[in-house]
Amino acid sequence: MRTMRVTTLSIFMVVTFGAWCAARGRAETEEKESVYAELAKAPEKYKLKQNPLANDRDAVAAGKVLFEEHCEDCHGAGAAGGRKAPSLRAQEVQEAAPGAIFWILTNGVVRKKMPVWSKLPEPERWQLVSYIKSLGAPDAAGARK
Amino acid sequence: MFFSRYSVGFVFLLLTHFVVPLTTQLHAQENPYIVAYDHNLEEPGNLEVEYFSTFGTQRGGPNFHAFWSEFEYGATAWWTTEIYLDGQTTFGDSTVFTGFRWENRVRPLKNEHWINPVLYMEFEDINGADKVLKEIEGHDVESDFLASNAAARQERNREMELKLILSSNYKGWNFTENTLAVKNLSNQPWEFGYALGASRPLTLKGAAQRCNFCLQHFIAGVELYGGLGDRYDFGLHNTSHYVAPGLAWNLPSGWTFRIEPSFGLNDNSHQFLLRWGVSYEIAGFGQKVASMFREKGE
Repeated sequence: MRTMRVTTLSIFMVVTFGAWCAARGRAETEEKESVYAELAKAPEKYKLKQNPLANDRDAVAAGKVLFEEHCEDCHGAGAAGGRKAPSLRAQEVQEAAPGAIFWILTNGVVRKKMPVWSKLPEPERWQLVSYIKSLGAPDAAGARK
Repeated sequence: MFFSRYSVGFVFLLLTHFVVPLTTQLHAQENPYIVAYDHNLEEPGNLEVEYFSTFGTQRGGPNFHAFWSEFEYGATAWWTTEIYLDGQTTFGDSTVFTGFRWENRVRPLKNEHWINPVLYMEFEDINGADKVLKEIEGHDVESDFLASNAAARQERNREMELKLILSSNYKGWNFTENTLAVKNLSNQPWEFGYALGASRPLTLKGAAQRCNFCLQHFIAGVELYGGLGDRYDFGLHNTSHYVAPGLAWNLPSGWTFRIEPSFGLNDNSHQFLLRWGVSYEIAGFGQKVASMFREKGE
């Protein structure tokens, strides 16, 4: 019986370690693709979605607060790019449809370490989109971090 | 091993006073569930340190206070791994460490769907004095807790626990359904259980200013959980069930507080459980640990 327990625990540990190794290998391969390529993968119906808070005067300010709470650690202050995630001031993001950014927030890019943010209610995700789009044209220094 | 009832609190205070101040603040967005799981995993590289308490009433014996610490780490965006350390105090008896659990949650699908599955696997090595009631399985009933700690801790349970978590977010609501199957690694039958949950933030829009008491930081919900018997006696016969309304308060500083009174729904259940918990999310923990072992200039 003791042998069975040890075997089961060993299998459990080996499977977990294998999953970790696979996750690392896969992430390293996929990181070589453009970090912005995911935006183009948004389904057409999302790309056509309009931001329902586009005319909400508080949306950008609220989105900035949400960004500082949830996103700044990875994407850097002012979304200028951080060690873990790219700049959101880049042309690819600023020229993307609001719905495509919303789609990325909703689904994450889990194979590239971008978490799913569907736990934030839809209006908060649109507030984040409002803030990201308010950042405007990319600045030359920070855009391609 | 018997130890002081203050030890767990001391370890937690040590962590929160020495580890937390060295870390980046991050606002968690946790649901109020204590038993059920939703499909939201830990952000990659983040460590969440949690402490939970359960005060329980006991008919025919002394009441108890069970507690556990959780260390939840986001290994990747689709895999979260977690260690639990359990203990309990039975009033008028003693305080005992009751064992550990190691769980893994994996999100198999890449994108968000109408229903989002998460696979859950846990190995636990606990003794019979464990009273955290983190899940109800098989024929778990109130009278199981009548034995003294000294007698109960002689029983050793090494179990594999599997869950299928099905969770949806819809218009600000979260709905989750967990199906549970447990196998004791000694020769005992599979046992089953369930947990259902629904929750919603008190408001769906974020405030334009940073604030601690804005309604968006409060999430209210309710859980329903219980046992479903075992392989030879599947169903509701001789099982216990609970309903538990709860509230989570997610502070912008990274702290989350939860409180959840639970009410037994039949004679096999404890009449009342009061659960509460506090947690802190450490952003970029994995990166910080890795940088400690990295050579300078690398």
